[in-house]
Amino acid sequence: MSFKTVERKPLTFAERTYVPQILSGLKTTLRHMVKPKETLEYPETRPIIPDGYRGVPTLVKDPHGREKCVSCQLCEFVCPPKAIRIKPGEISAESDQAHVEKAPEEFDIDMLRCIYCGLCQEVCPEEAIWLQNVFSMSGYTREEMVNDKTRLYELGGTLPDDHFKWDKKKAAEEAGNAAH
Amino acid sequence: MIDLYLDLPVWIQSALKGLIVIMVIIPIAGACSLAERKVSAWIQGRPGPNRATVPWVAWIPFFGKFLQRLGVFHLMADGAKFIFKEDVLPGHVNKFYYYLAPLVALVPALCTIVVVPFGAYFDAATETLQPVILANVDVGILAVFAIGSLSVYSLILAGWASNSKYPFLGGVRASAQLISYELSMTLSVIPVFLWVNAPGGNGTLSLFDVVQSQSQPGFLGGMWFVFLMPLCAFVFLVALFAETNRQPFDMPESEADLVGGFHTEYGEFKWSLFFVAEYAHMTIGSGVFVLLFLGGWNPLPWVPLAPLIAGLPIWLGGLIGIGVFLAKSLAFIFLFMWIRWTLPRFRYDQVMTIGWQKLLPLAIGNVIFYALAIAVIERS
Amino acid sequence: MIQPAQPELVTVTIDGKEIAVPKGTNVIEAARLAGTDVPHYCYHPKLSVAGNCRMCLIELGMPMADRATHEPIMDPETGKQKIGWIPHPQIGCATNVVPGMQVKTQSPMVKECREGVMEFLLINHPLDCPICDQAGECKLQEQATGYGRGYSRFIEQKNVKPKRAQLGPRVTLDDERCVLCSRCIRFCQEVAKDDVLGFVDRGSYSTLTCYPGKELKNNYSLNTVDICPVGALTSTDFRFKMRVWFLKQTNSIDTESSVGANTVVWSREGVIYRITPRRNDEVNDTWMADSGRILYKQVQADDRLHQSTVKGQPATLAAVIADAAKLAKAGHVAVVGSGRSSVEEQFLTKRLATTLETETFVVGQTGEGDGLLISADRNPNTRGALVTGLVADVPTAQLDALGAEIDAGRVKTIISVGEDLIAAGLTPAQLDKVALIILSAHGTSTTAVADVVIPTLTVFEKNGTFINQQFRLQKFAQAIPGLTSASNDLVVLDELIAAVGGEASEGDMKSLWKSMGAEIPVFANITYGNLPATGLLLDSSAWDNLNFPEGETLHFKPAAAEASA
Repeated sequence: MSFKTVERKPLTFAERTYVPQILSGLKTTLRHMVKPKETLEYPETRPIIPDGYRGVPTLVKDPHGREKCVSCQLCEFVCPPKAIRIKPGEISAESDQAHVEKAPEEFDIDMLRCIYCGLCQEVCPEEAIWLQNVFSMSGYTREEMVNDKTRLYELGGTLPDDHFKWDKKKAAEEAGNAAH
Repeated sequence: MIDLYLDLPVWIQSALKGLIVIMVIIPIAGACSLAERKVSAWIQGRPGPNRATVPWVAWIPFFGKFLQRLGVFHLMADGAKFIFKEDVLPGHVNKFYYYLAPLVALVPALCTIVVVPFGAYFDAATETLQPVILANVDVGILAVFAIGSLSVYSLILAGWASNSKYPFLGGVRASAQLISYELSMTLSVIPVFLWVNAPGGNGTLSLFDVVQSQSQPGFLGGMWFVFLMPLCAFVFLVALFAETNRQPFDMPESEADLVGGFHTEYGEFKWSLFFVAEYAHMTIGSGVFVLLFLGGWNPLPWVPLAPLIAGLPIWLGGLIGIGVFLAKSLAFIFLFMWIRWTLPRFRYDQVMTIGWQKLLPLAIGNVIFYALAIAVIERS
Repeated sequence: MIQPAQPELVTVTIDGKEIAVPKGTNVIEAARLAGTDVPHYCYHPKLSVAGNCRMCLIELGMPMADRATHEPIMDPETGKQKIGWIPHPQIGCATNVVPGMQVKTQSPMVKECREGVMEFLLINHPLDCPICDQAGECKLQEQATGYGRGYSRFIEQKNVKPKRAQLGPRVTLDDERCVLCSRCIRFCQEVAKDDVLGFVDRGSYSTLTCYPGKELKNNYSLNTVDICPVGALTSTDFRFKMRVWFLKQTNSIDTESSVGANTVVWSREGVIYRITPRRNDEVNDTWMADSGRILYKQVQADDRLHQSTVKGQPATLAAVIADAAKLAKAGHVAVVGSGRSSVEEQFLTKRLATTLETETFVVGQTGEGDGLLISADRNPNTRGALVTGLVADVPTAQLDALGAEIDAGRVKTIISVGEDLIAAGLTPAQLDKVALIILSAHGTSTTAVADVVIPTLTVFEKNGTFINQQFRLQKFAQAIPGLTSASNDLVVLDELIAAVGGEASEGDMKSLWKSMGAEIPVFANITYGNLPATGLLLDSSAWDNLNFPEGETLHFKPAAAEASA
């Protein structure tokens, strides 16, 4: 290890009295006193949420209103604090979404456990779970802090879709092998 | 009304005056705590307390909102909270002294006000300016120093009675600091009184006379002492900060290293009494500084109050005098806060070095210099 | 104990490592013994070799010899015999080892072959792993990580085939996922002997289906789901219930019959989701009956008992035990043990009877054996009752002897460990004459009239052992925590023994087996912890002359049949 001796400049008399420094400090604080305030007065004014913000996890529907989650339970598996609970279910054969076969019967995210890590969103093969810009989650009871499926879809809304893979699948199924 | 008041026995008059003063000082002390929070907030780029409100006040258009933004109701809420909080008594304290300490803090702070004139009115009968004061005694500044110093006992008591390490250290620091700076402070006002007490006149330590001697005609006569004796004013100011335990000298409290210093074990109303005392102290210290160096109730240098209010009714003249004095004192209190939120705290060894090795020699040299200078001027 | 015959060994070299394997082993199994995995889909160790998936391609070579003189040709560089490698890859499943055989399972050519096979398999395979039940135990998924391309070069439309086809009452087929390995077809032909499955159409349009007018409904249909390497065949019961990676696996034993098929119980957080067979080449190979797979439903059955009662009134376990002990001490007691209890429970039941100096009875449960994995004796542990001395002969189905005793007034109190006495032939009138103490996991018509009822646990909630028809001692482990409202049978028996003045066990398997080893000769030197997962064959010579009801099943021939053969 090499040492470098830094020469300390001797203080001038004025510096040793502290007075000029104190005065310049007072000038700085006075300037700040009259400057516009930085504080965001939270409930009235809301912060601007940047893109990619990891807020409360939600479930989303595609632009055609189809529930995207197929309850593969990968998020439940990957969730580090085990906040997600899914009960998988089968889509009834009468439904026009029957070709998707599987959908969650129950989907609970315990927000008292959630750590907003976003792994569920990252792992989701259907792009169904999204951490969106809701950052404030509060309640009076433990039960209130568990978001069930209805609430998750309410929070999530609809997000744009790039591929509509299930719609294509259905179209191919209807066309059959004759199409090619 | 004035006549009715003047007809009352002297002791009732004094009691009434005393009550009024207490009723002014304590709210000012309280308001100071709010001002402290607001000033710190503004300096740090925050709006400060602005949420609490009282419904029917909030309904007043504009004004209600203004009061709310100013945080006035936080003050009330704080006060109410202090009164209604549970009175906790730690199990390990010396009960008697533990309860005594906050009272001891408040008493000297309120007592010193007795000899501090906080205004003046024009007595038409004698055609002289008379002080608005509880007790116009000649000991003046001596009484302020004597009684004011007693407040350190509250810190020592609190520190010792708490029977715990941090408060104890806080108390020890408070006593050492007070002794260190009391000397410089006393020495710094000697030149002022050397100047006030011209040879041949009645010897006086009255603060009223100090202001009077800043209200004389002529260039030197009308000059405030802060211009005449800037070094005295500086030494007094530094010592005043140390005496009132304000930043950068708040060693006894020193949250960073002593948790809460002397009041670590205190809570609820007892705790608030310490702070009322501190602010009362600050208010009186500011008043004394204004009287000694900033011309008291004289609105401007070389502009004495007496001619301005000579023709006015006695109560109006009196109010103007008090108003000018209060305005100056409050501006000075603002300086206290401004400095507090600008400077960091000294280390304890620095406090001692400054007190003994810097400030004391400076004060002694200052006394010698002014003694010689005044002797030369008086002789000529 | 029977020692298997020492097989003839053959030395082969796999990836440069020499290993001796039994003669007749194919390259996949030899490589497995050498610690190398050769990926495969169609090959199954218990089925015939089809060789149609082409995934197990490997490089083969043989030491070279001069054709004319049969002199070995030496490699001058290494000084060893030269190896003649076959220029094209061979399938490992259909290649049996021969001495000196050389195998490469990791060469660039093999890797390229596997990648090529994977790409073709994935061309028409749907990308629906998120909804596929096989995900997590899918061979295609596994090999795709090793040999998959990562993206698809296939830009055409994928084939459309039937989805969600019901092959039978318990099996659902998704034809798009099928990789045409034909394991299920071979299973139905060779093991279940119920030839209902087959392929129709050609090429990539090949589709697995049932023969017209037939259904995959034999009692072994769910084995096709187990052996399906992909998610084409799925269990209708388990479909979409839970992802397999959440499930905890616990080794258990099928309690349907005295075959004692080895099973794995898959549970999560105290809930059992499915039961699958566990390979035991001496008992059930890799198969089990469908009927044994739904036995987990008894855990959460509506008729589970949740409250110990005395004369229908709820009471604490301590109070119930005290009451039962009072009844038992009054004398004239009969103890009814069970062929469904574990060996440990039967041992304690016997000890209870010995303490009370009473007779013991066991109810026989018989049905028709199917010749495969369900035997005629439907008690999983009849041999246990014999070994522990609860009964001396194979128990009969009815408790006629006990009925006679009751009618004669010689029995005033019956302690039944898990048996339904009314179903066992006692009449309600007979039961009225006696005090009944019943230990049972489920409510029955007997528990409804019993004086003392103590709820106990099902086989999934406790540890223990069964002795199957081969006199093979097999252990089962606790898969899920027991109902808090029920008590372990062993604990109840221990407390009963203590309450009537006997010597209770120390409450753990180790010490219990110590005393069992001391008291029962065939258990000598056996500890619960050391029991192998595939079971331990006991010396059955003491019971060879008894007339057991079992017929021939997989890996079991009755002694009588063996003698005549």
